[in-house]
Amino acid sequence: MWDFITERREQIAYNTFQHANLVIQAVVVATVIAVVLAVVITRLPRLEGLANALSAIGLTIPSFALVGLLLPLTGIGAITAFVAVTFYAVLPILRNAVVGLQGVDKTLLESSRGMGMSELTSLWRVRLPLAWPVILAGVRVSMQMSMGVAAIAAYVLGPGLGGYIFTGLAQVGGANAVNYAVVGTVGVVIVALIADLLLLLLGRLTISKGIRA
Amino acid sequence: MTATHETSTPAADRDDAISGAEIRLEDVVKKYPGQKSPAVDSLSLTIPAGEIVMFVGPSGCGKTTSLKMINRLIEPTSGTIRIDGQDVRQQSPDQLRRHVGYVIQGGSLFPHMTVEKNIAIVPKLLGWDSARVSERVNDLLDLVGLDPAKYRGRYPRELSGGQQQRVGVARGLAADPPVLLMDEPFGAVDPITRQRLQDELLSIQRELRKTIVCVTHDIDEAIKLGDRIVILREGADIAQYDTPENVLAAPADDFVSDFVGSGSTLKQLSLARVAEVELSEWTTARVGEDTAEVIARAEQAGHGAVVVLDGRGRPLGWPWLRQLRNQRTVPTYDHEKLHTLDSRATLNDALDTMLTSTHGGAVVTGDRDQFLGVVDFTSVTDHMRQLEQAAETGGEARG
Repeated sequence: MWDFITERREQIAYNTFQHANLVIQAVVVATVIAVVLAVVITRLPRLEGLANALSAIGLTIPSFALVGLLLPLTGIGAITAFVAVTFYAVLPILRNAVVGLQGVDKTLLESSRGMGMSELTSLWRVRLPLAWPVILAGVRVSMQMSMGVAAIAAYVLGPGLGGYIFTGLAQVGGANAVNYAVVGTVGVVIVALIADLLLLLLGRLTISKGIRA
Repeated sequence: MTATHETSTPAADRDDAISGAEIRLEDVVKKYPGQKSPAVDSLSLTIPAGEIVMFVGPSGCGKTTSLKMINRLIEPTSGTIRIDGQDVRQQSPDQLRRHVGYVIQGGSLFPHMTVEKNIAIVPKLLGWDSARVSERVNDLLDLVGLDPAKYRGRYPRELSGGQQQRVGVARGLAADPPVLLMDEPFGAVDPITRQRLQDELLSIQRELRKTIVCVTHDIDEAIKLGDRIVILREGADIAQYDTPENVLAAPADDFVSDFVGSGSTLKQLSLARVAEVELSEWTTARVGEDTAEVIARAEQAGHGAVVVLDGRGRPLGWPWLRQLRNQRTVPTYDHEKLHTLDSRATLNDALDTMLTSTHGGAVVTGDRDQFLGVVDFTSVTDHMRQLEQAAETGGEARG
C-alpha cells in the first residue's frame, strides 16, 4: 500500500488538487447562483413553493443519472463534471439562503428602509450579513456533498480522485484494485475535511462578532 | 398657539432657536384594499415646529399608520403631508427618510454592526466624510449619556435594553433631521429605565428642539412627554388635540375621559415638573478630591452625604460621609447605579425615586446630565399643596 502511494506520489497529489479545485469552484459558483435565486424568491413569495419542490426533486435525481443526461449536451470531460457538481451544490445553499433571508427580523428591514436605505443597500448591508451564518451553514453541507458528487463525475473523465475509485472497481480482483479504491476514497475524505475546516475559518472571518453564536 | 398653551408649556427658557420643522397633514386618507372603512379617515393636523406631539389611542386606531405616512413607509391613499411647507412626495422616499429621524421600539439596532456603525448609517448615506461622521458619533453618544470611548465599538447584544434604546435615539438624530418620528420608543424596557429614558428625551429635546411625533398607547407617557397630545379613536379620528393640561382638565367627550382614566388629580402629578419645585443646594465633591476637606464642607452645611461629580459636572454617586471617611481621596462611582431625575421629570417620577432612595431625596440633573440640586419630600409635598389649592380655587371659579 505504502509503495503504491509513494510510486504515484505526484499523480495522487495532482488529482487531489484537481478534485479540490473542481469542487471549490463549483461551490463558489453555486453560492452566487443560490443567493441570487433566494433573493428573487423572497421577493416573489409565490415562487417559494415551486423552488422548494424543484430542489427536493433535484436532490432525488441520482448523480450518476444526471451525469448521463448531461453527456449529449456537454460531452465527455471536465465541463460535464463541473455542471453536475454545481447543480447539486446549489440545492442545499438555496434552501438555507431562503430560510436565512426570510428569518431576518421584519422590524430591522423596516428600520433600514425608514432610515433611507434603498432596497439594494438594505439587502447588501442588512439582509445578507444577517442571513450569512445560515447561508454559510448551507455552503458547508453543499461542500461535503459535492466532494462525493465530484467523485462520481469522474466517470465522464472529470478531473479528481474519482478516477481512482473507478479504476479500482474496473480491476476488481486485480493486484492494485483495493489500493486504487482506498486511495480514491480516503483522498476524498481528507480533502472534504480540509475544505470544511477552511469554511469554518471563513465563518470566523466573515460573520460579524455581533451575531456570532 | 392658544393662550393656554403659551402659559402651560413649561418653558420660558424655550426661546433659543428651534431646529424642528412644522408638519402639516391635510385630509390624509389611508384605505387598504379589501377594507370596509379606511384605516385613516381624513386626518388633518398641524404639528408646530419644535414641539413634541404624542399620538395616543387604543390599538388599531391608526396612530402608527398615520406616523408612517409622514416618512412614506406607508403611502397615503389621498391627501397631502407637508414638512416645512414642502410636500413629502416631492422627493424620493429614500431622500425624504434620510432627513426624517425614525426610532422604533427597542431601538431596532442592527445586531451585526457596532454602535458606531449603527449611528453612522444615515450620515454615510448622505455622503459625509469619515472624520465628520466620527465626530458626530461621539457627540451623539455624549448627548444620550453613553461614554463614546467605552461604547462606540460595542455590539448591540453587549448593551442593556435601555442602552440600546439610547443608541436608537442617537441613530435617529444622527444626520440632525428637523423631524423625529418615534413609534412606541420606550415600550420594551422596564418601568424604571423607561422613566429615565423619557427624562433623557426631554432633556435632549430641551437642547435640540426638534419636531417630534411620538406614538404611544400609554396615556401617562403622552401626558409626560407631550407638549400636545392627539387622542385618536378608530380611523385616526381626532377626539381631542390639546395640551396635556387641557386634556386632563377638560376632556372633550366621554371617549377622552374614559381613555385618560380616573384619578386625574393624581395624574396632575404627572404634569408638575421637578423644575417647578424649589431644589435644595447640596455639598458636592469632585472625583479625586481630598476627603477630609469634603467632609469638613459637608458637616458645615449640615449634610450627611455628598454628591460626587465627574469632571464635567455630572453626578456619579451620592455617598454618605461615613462611606468616605476611610478613603483618602473621593473615589469614582458607577453613575448607572445612581438614580437621578431630569429637571423635566414629573413629580410622580420624583416621588417614585425618592421612595426607593435611602436619602429621602433625589439628585436632579439638567442639560447633558449637569447637576442642578436635590429634591426632597418636603419640597414636593409643599408644591403639591400649592397645586391643590390652585386647583380648588380654579374649580370653584369654573363651578
